[in-house]
Amino acid sequence: MIHIRGLTRHFRVKGETVEAVRGIDLDVEEGELVAFLGPNGAGKSTTLRMLTTLLRPTSGTATVAGCDVLADPAEVRRRIGHIGQGNGAGHTQRVRDELVSQGRCYGLSRAQSRVRADGLLASLDLEPLAKRTVSTLSGGQRRRLDIAIGLVHRPRLLFLDEPSAGLDPQNRANLWEHILRLRKEHGTTIFLTTHYLEEADTMTERVMVIDHGTLIADGTAQQLKANLAGDLVTVTLGEEAEARQAAEVADRMTASHETGVEGTTIRLRVARGDEVLPEFLRALEAAGIKALTADLRRPTLDDVFLALTGRSLRESDSVE
Amino acid sequence: MSMKVVGDTGIVLARELRPALRDPFSLAFSLIQPLVFLGLFGPLLSDMPGLEGVGDGTPWQWFVPGILVMLGLSSTSMSGYNLLIEAQTGSHERMLVTPLSRSAMLIGRALKEIAPLLVQALLIIALVMPFGFRFYPLGALVGMFLLATLGVGLGALSYALAIVSKDREWLFYGATQTLLFPLLILSGMLLPLDMGPAWMRAVGQVNPLTYVVEGERALFAGDFGGSAVLYGAMAAFAMAVVGLVVGTRTMRRAAA
Repeated sequence: MIHIRGLTRHFRVKGETVEAVRGIDLDVEEGELVAFLGPNGAGKSTTLRMLTTLLRPTSGTATVAGCDVLADPAEVRRRIGHIGQGNGAGHTQRVRDELVSQGRCYGLSRAQSRVRADGLLASLDLEPLAKRTVSTLSGGQRRRLDIAIGLVHRPRLLFLDEPSAGLDPQNRANLWEHILRLRKEHGTTIFLTTHYLEEADTMTERVMVIDHGTLIADGTAQQLKANLAGDLVTVTLGEEAEARQAAEVADRMTASHETGVEGTTIRLRVARGDEVLPEFLRALEAAGIKALTADLRRPTLDDVFLALTGRSLRESDSVE
Repeated sequence: MSMKVVGDTGIVLARELRPALRDPFSLAFSLIQPLVFLGLFGPLLSDMPGLEGVGDGTPWQWFVPGILVMLGLSSTSMSGYNLLIEAQTGSHERMLVTPLSRSAMLIGRALKEIAPLLVQALLIIALVMPFGFRFYPLGALVGMFLLATLGVGLGALSYALAIVSKDREWLFYGATQTLLFPLLILSGMLLPLDMGPAWMRAVGQVNPLTYVVEGERALFAGDFGGSAVLYGAMAAFAMAVVGLVVGTRTMRRAAA
């Protein structure tokens, strides 16, 4: 669905060249639900804008929905949907009018546009707002309208730029319900950017981590966490000597891990903490060592980002 | 112009006009401005020294086409203003990602500013007819078509200026105001340049609007014969072509 090779974008800012995107390669297959995760200014939106023909790449190629973004931008536009960071509906327009207009923009007949508009109004709980002027809607209502506008022409590939930014948790959950339903019903390929860790973690199947314009990780959230961060198993024992013994026990186990002993506490960084913890406790028991407490902490995508960049995504976010 | 551009222009125009049509009060409001012009200029016109010679009979014959060009000029030159707002909210970006033809976006927005002018023109003509204004329907029709053509050019230039201005509204306003009034005065739209100094007449000679205004005067006088209509049409079409070329280029460059 998306094939990108060496995609690069430079900006001139006050006489200096800013390399917003530096040679990204990636492929997204039909039906995938992928997230671009990274701090503000990492190059997420710039990449998305190149894929949706809003911005020309400085170099590199991108094939989107079977068409080259440089050679045939008009055909790319026809085949994709895009829900941008801003609100797509005109402020002076009425809700239903905007949906019908959008259908017309994609070449649907008046009658077809109306049918689609009414269907979307119903499925996105916008029916009571159909005749309202956009400027009178709340933030959450506008975002739902944005989603509806992006879906009128039933694109096979949908881009969403920070879809849930600025929404409260309830509206965010509501939005995701709609996105996931869309995918289930129509098999839509979905490509979104986000800087919400939990969102990328729980909702999407594949996460691509981008930082300083470069793709630094690509995989399922599970894989990334297992390979790049790992689970943290913490066991406390009665005495320091026992902790040192426990470290030797741990070294004899098959699963690869990092071990750290601190006082009476031993910490293991492992890929599958859920499997390692019981095994480790049995081994300790067999060696005659009595564990007092045992704790397992699964990593977050923030741990992944930290392992990759040495920075926390939360920190780098609050700085900007 | 391909069929796609025509069809897309209709879609853009319909979308742009809909909020006004949904709110008839705003339409009624748009008719006040021409009434103010007539009410305030009228008393001045009848006794203005130097105006007796222009036009045949009533000065309205000379003055009304000028008012129409001025109304068209001020409305289309602000067509970029809506774009400034839409660019900030995100609805312009949404339109850019649709397959809509870029020229259609420019033409549709400009025509939206011209459409109320048709109603305004009819109202003005109806009001001045009792004062001796002679109405030539065919001339007026062709005149309004030329005005729409000019409006497409000006609207597209305004659109381009809005894209260049981006978040700097002052730039858009400043540039528009700075250009608008000299262009307006130096076209002989409201006061004849014949009475002015030589340099003003010389500048007027190179102002494309001068030719449009003179063409409009000929058309509204029912005079198709002279060169004024030809030159006016050439100037209006030239403005439309320049506006569309500059407009579409600016849109493309904004993405480059």
